[in-house]
Amino acid sequence: MAVATDTTAPIDLTGDRRRLRRERRVRWVFFAAAAVSVLITIAIVLSLAGQAWTFLSDIASDPETGLGSLAADGWFPRRGRYQVMSLIVHTLMISAIAMVFAVPLGLGSAIYLSEYATPRVRRVLKPTLEILAGIPSVVLGFFALTFITPNVVKAIFDDASNSNFLAAGVAVGVLLIPLIASVSEDAMRAVPTALREASYGLGAKRWHTSLRVVLPAALSGIVAAIILAISRAIGETMIVALAAGTNGIMNISPLRGGLTMTGGMAQLAIGSDQVTGSSSAFQSLFFVGIVLFFLTLVLNVLSNSVVRRFRQRY
Amino acid sequence: MATRNITVDTSALVRRSLEGKKINWFDQFVAIALLVSLLSGLLILATLLVSVFSSGFGVLADRGFDFITSRLSPDAADAGIFQAIIGSLILTGFVIVVAFPLGVGAAVYLEEYAPDTKTTRFIDANIRNLAGVPSIVYGLLGLAVFVKLMGGFTGGRTLVTGGLTLAVLVLPIMIITTAEALRAVPQALREASMGVGATKWETIRYHVLPVALPAIFTGAVLTIARAFGESAPLLLAGAVLSLFFSNSADAGIGEYVFDEPYTAMPIVIYNWARQPQQEFVALTSAAIIVFLMFLLAVNGVAIILRDRYERK
Repeated sequence: MAVATDTTAPIDLTGDRRRLRRERRVRWVFFAAAAVSVLITIAIVLSLAGQAWTFLSDIASDPETGLGSLAADGWFPRRGRYQVMSLIVHTLMISAIAMVFAVPLGLGSAIYLSEYATPRVRRVLKPTLEILAGIPSVVLGFFALTFITPNVVKAIFDDASNSNFLAAGVAVGVLLIPLIASVSEDAMRAVPTALREASYGLGAKRWHTSLRVVLPAALSGIVAAIILAISRAIGETMIVALAAGTNGIMNISPLRGGLTMTGGMAQLAIGSDQVTGSSSAFQSLFFVGIVLFFLTLVLNVLSNSVVRRFRQRY
Repeated sequence: MATRNITVDTSALVRRSLEGKKINWFDQFVAIALLVSLLSGLLILATLLVSVFSSGFGVLADRGFDFITSRLSPDAADAGIFQAIIGSLILTGFVIVVAFPLGVGAAVYLEEYAPDTKTTRFIDANIRNLAGVPSIVYGLLGLAVFVKLMGGFTGGRTLVTGGLTLAVLVLPIMIITTAEALRAVPQALREASMGVGATKWETIRYHVLPVALPAIFTGAVLTIARAFGESAPLLLAGAVLSLFFSNSADAGIGEYVFDEPYTAMPIVIYNWARQPQQEFVALTSAAIIVFLMFLLAVNGVAIILRDRYERK
C-alpha cells in the first residue's frame, strides 16, 4: 500500500534561480535611487565649495585690496566690495523680527489646537492654518510690499521707507506661524494623557495643566520647532527679495531696508547682465551660498538632535 | 485616531468632575488669548486673500480669458500669463517624471531593504538635512551643474534645467513622505506574505505598495504643489527675468523644452511685483489669483485622495 516516495533528497526551498536574480536586481535599483540623494549632497558641496574657493583666491590675489574687500564698506559685488557681514546682520535682523512675531502666535495656536479645541473645532481650524502654510512665499512678498508696508508699517511709523525690515520680517513670520504651530502641536499631542489626568487629579486648572505641565513636557519638541523656524527664516528668499530692498550698506534700523544673504543672491541673479561668465561677482554668489548652506545645516542638525532626544523620553 | 479621541475625552471628564460648574476667570482669559493667537493667523490669511482679490479682480473681469491666453508684454494692458502657465505646467511635469519614481524608489530601499547600518543611517540623516537646505541653494546647484556643467545636454537656461532643479529640490521631501506612508503599513502584512513564500520584491509589489499607495499619492501631490509655488531656485536656474520675451513660433515641444527661454508663474509674479507702475499692481494681483486657483486645484486633489484613504 505504501506509496514509494523519494525522501532521501532534501527539499530545495531557495526557489527559482531567475526569481532570485530578479530579486537582487530590484534591490540594486532601489539602492541606486537612495544613493542619488547622497550624490546631490556631494554635488551641492562641491559646486559651492569650488566656486567659493575660486572667489576667495581671486579677491585675495587682488594687489590693491586683497581679502580686505570682504570688510569693505557695504555689499556691492559689481564694484568689488564684498562686506558679507552686512548681509549676515540684515538676515539676522529679519529672522529676529520674524521670530518675535511668529513664536507667540504659532505657539499659542499650537496650545489651543492641542489642549483647548474640541475635536470638531480642530477639524475646521487646523486645515485652515494649513492653507496659510500653502501660500507661496512670492505671494507673501507681494503682500508685504503692497499691504503690510503702506497699511501697517507706514501707518504706525510714518518715516519708514518703502522697503523695510519690519514688513519683510512680519511677512516671513506669517510664513513661519503654521510651521511652528504644526510641529509644536505634534510635540504636545505626544505628551501622555496620564500627565494631564494626574494634573487635574491634583486640582490644577486647565491653564495650569496646559502651560505648566504639558508645555514643559513638550519643550524639546517646541525648541526643535523654533530652531527649524529660524533656519527657514534665514533661507527665505522671495519675501526679502521683494520687500527688504536692495541697499548694500549695513543698516540696523528696522524701518529701513537692506540686502540679506538670500536677497543679495537674488539681486545678483536678476542684475541686468544676469551674472554670466566667471567674474568675481558671479562667484560671490557661491560664497554667500556656502555660508548660507552651513548656517542652515548647523541649525537643522541641532533641531534634529533635539527631536531625537525628545523621542526617547516617551 | 480612535484611541486618541477616547483618551482626550477621559482627561476632559476628570477635569469636569473635579472642577464642577464653577467658572475660573483666569482660565477663561488664557483660553481666549490662545484662541486669539490662532485666529490672528487666520485673519492675516483672510486679509491677504481679500486684498489680492479686490485689487486683481478688475483685471480678470475686464480681460477674462485674454489675460490667460496673452503672452508677456511690457505694456500692462496687453500682458498675459500664457507663457508662465505653460512653463509652470512643464516644470511640474518634470518634477513628476523625475522626482516621483526616484523618491519612491529611495524610500522603498530605506524602509524595506536597508539593513540598520551606519551607511543607512548616514543616508537617512543626509536626506533629512537636504530637506532643510534653503531652496535658493538648489538654485546655485542648478546654475553650477545643470546650466554650466551639463549645458550641452540641457541647453543652458531652459525648461530642462529648471525642471531638474525643482525635481532635485523636492526629492528629499518626496522620500520623507513616502517613507512615512510605508512605515504606516502593518508589519503583519509583510510577515504573512513572506510566510507563504513570496520574495521581498513580491511582498513589496503586491502587498506593501498597494496598501501605501493612497498615502504616497497624497504626499506626492502636496510635494508637487510645493514645487509649483517655488520660485527662488528658478531665479538662478535661468528663468527669464525681463518683462517680455518671445519663443520661436514654430518650436516643437522638444525644442521648446531644450532650446527656448522659459518663465514660470511665480517668476512672472515676482517680476511684475517689482514694477513701480500702478497698473502692474493690479496685474500682479490678477496673476496671483490665477496662481492660487491652480494651487487650490492641486491641493484639492490631495484632499480628495486623503479623504478616500481615510474612509477605507
